[in-house]
Amino acid sequence: MSYKNNGDTPISAKKFMEELRRYQKGSVSRRHFLGVTGLGLATAAMAKAMPELAGIGKAHAAANIGDRVSIATWPNYYDPANYEAFTTATGADVQISVFGSNEEMLAKLQAGGTGWDVFVPTNYTISTYVELDLIQPLDLSRLANFDEKHYIKRFIEPGTVNGKVYAVPKNWGTTGFVLNRKKVKTDPTTWKAFWDLTKTDASGRVIVHDYQLTTIGNALKYFGYSFNSVDPKELADAEKLLLEAKPHLFAITSDYQPAMRANDAWMSIAWTGDGLQLHRDIPEIDYVLGKEGGELWSDFYAIPKEAPHVDAAYAFIDYLIDPKINAREVAAHGYPVPDNRTTALLPKEMTEDPIMYPAQELLDALEFGAAVTLTDPLRAEVMARFKAA
Amino acid sequence: MTAAKVAGKNGNRVTAMLLLPTTLWFLLLLVMPLVVILVFSLGERAPAGGYQAALTLEQYANLPARLKAFTNTLTLSPLGTLICMVIAYPLAYYLAIKAGRRAKALLLTLVIVPFWTSFLIRTYAWIYILGGRGIPRLLEMIGIEDLRLINTPTAVLIGIVYGYLPLMVFPIYVSLEKLDKGLLEASSDLGANPVRTFLQVTLPLSAPGLITGSLLVFILLMGEYLIPAILGGGKVFFVGNALVDLFLQSRNWPFGSAVAVALVVIMLVAIALYLSLAGRERGRQDVSII
Repeated sequence: MSYKNNGDTPISAKKFMEELRRYQKGSVSRRHFLGVTGLGLATAAMAKAMPELAGIGKAHAAANIGDRVSIATWPNYYDPANYEAFTTATGADVQISVFGSNEEMLAKLQAGGTGWDVFVPTNYTISTYVELDLIQPLDLSRLANFDEKHYIKRFIEPGTVNGKVYAVPKNWGTTGFVLNRKKVKTDPTTWKAFWDLTKTDASGRVIVHDYQLTTIGNALKYFGYSFNSVDPKELADAEKLLLEAKPHLFAITSDYQPAMRANDAWMSIAWTGDGLQLHRDIPEIDYVLGKEGGELWSDFYAIPKEAPHVDAAYAFIDYLIDPKINAREVAAHGYPVPDNRTTALLPKEMTEDPIMYPAQELLDALEFGAAVTLTDPLRAEVMARFKAA
Repeated sequence: MTAAKVAGKNGNRVTAMLLLPTTLWFLLLLVMPLVVILVFSLGERAPAGGYQAALTLEQYANLPARLKAFTNTLTLSPLGTLICMVIAYPLAYYLAIKAGRRAKALLLTLVIVPFWTSFLIRTYAWIYILGGRGIPRLLEMIGIEDLRLINTPTAVLIGIVYGYLPLMVFPIYVSLEKLDKGLLEASSDLGANPVRTFLQVTLPLSAPGLITGSLLVFILLMGEYLIPAILGGGKVFFVGNALVDLFLQSRNWPFGSAVAVALVVIMLVAIALYLSLAGRERGRQDVSII
């Protein structure tokens, strides 16, 4: 952002009043006013020196970032109070689109004209976004709250492609399943048991994600194959299992909380935070990681190439990764963060929660999603056939 | 050149100018997208998804992979249309012929009122009504256990009838409203009983409304996406859902285009069949439409 007055030439009192009148009458923008009077710079400098003064924070509170910021994210994945506070502090309305799969996000970005300023890609998708030129490299000097040394290495790595940082970590987590102990009488601890129950005792009460990575991945696990397999024979086995299970499913959706809460569904493939949120409200709902393994993931904040409000995007990301704000996010949604500063601020019952931080031997069995699954035509078609069957 | 001829020529020019926006609209928003879809349907999926130029019929050969979506659409759409017709007719009949002025105004308003709320929100409300805490819970009280409604074809059908009923009521109502009541008296004077009067006079005369209403509902239903997505839980797939999936998840634009073309063709054939049947029926009964 370039200010017309760079601070060397102080503005006269008369000129200041003239500009103020022009601003009041609406003939110049707030941006022009702040720039020409040097007020924007002054506030920014002051806010930087004394963060407490600016309320929530840093330069983004003072600079004019426009009236909106649009984010594409996942279900049940933020604290509404934080987003409202951002709007109050900056005047930028937060517009939220919620998605059920990375494929859907990619499809929208490929088609163009999304209007998103920030989106939340998962680890394995970032290299494809770079390849397709849909994502912009981040200017880390604009993210004052980001400091690599505080982050867990393996969760930060996927954000860097060819030596350039394209994304900064939001949360990490696992993909397991939730089950209602009052309704499901056995104790499934594996994906094999998950699918077998689906076809028997829990028939009609099971939800799988509307998302090829997790639904196909965990069907592959039934046979002991890799979560990321693109082998045609292995995918054929998984497809057969999925088609057998389909009549026994309650729904195919990535927004499974409402049906679990209503007792319409008894089991569902689930992510960490949803497991925690459900368990917190309904103690008989448990979160289980399949012993055979499954997915370990990390999500990121990133800026699409075509983002219309880049200033707002940086301000918003920097606001959200501020450890204090981030800790409030975690308290609300229950997904762990790879940022040690934030984790240090969490209450003990969260840092000791087995849903958020599963036992090491369960974690060891998990795999990161692989980039190839995002674009593999066969996986896409297996999922589409399963849904249309 | 006579004055009439000049007027005629000017008239043609005016007509042409008045038709210009419509023609442009038609070319831009109907013909162009159709051409694009036809071209796409002959192409290939790009490696990362999307479209890649090619000349192949492979996508059409793959159509049977979506057979279930087509059969779902082709059974639930006509069925939904039929149920709408059966429910809408008595209502429209009552509104147009039996109801007093005040009752008519009130009932017509009631038919319109749902349109004041977004269709999406009204359909969401049905998730609750048909879900475990809704109708099934009530039925449990009278001893009908473990009834599953939500995410079944029945739920989709209920949503369809709920959403599309007004579209059927109005055309039938309008055609019955225009009906000359003298004809009903004449029929009865000539010795026809009420059933015969209905079958031979009222029903044929309201046929245009029935045809308009059922076409309106059927055509919209064939492209339906929202109701199966919300009340079918991703399990009751229409062609519309398959299309959204192909474009927005698997990013297979060429196959999606082929499915879209197939849907258009099926729809055209179905409508042509329906119209010719309806026309023959009317011809047999020898009653003019107007």
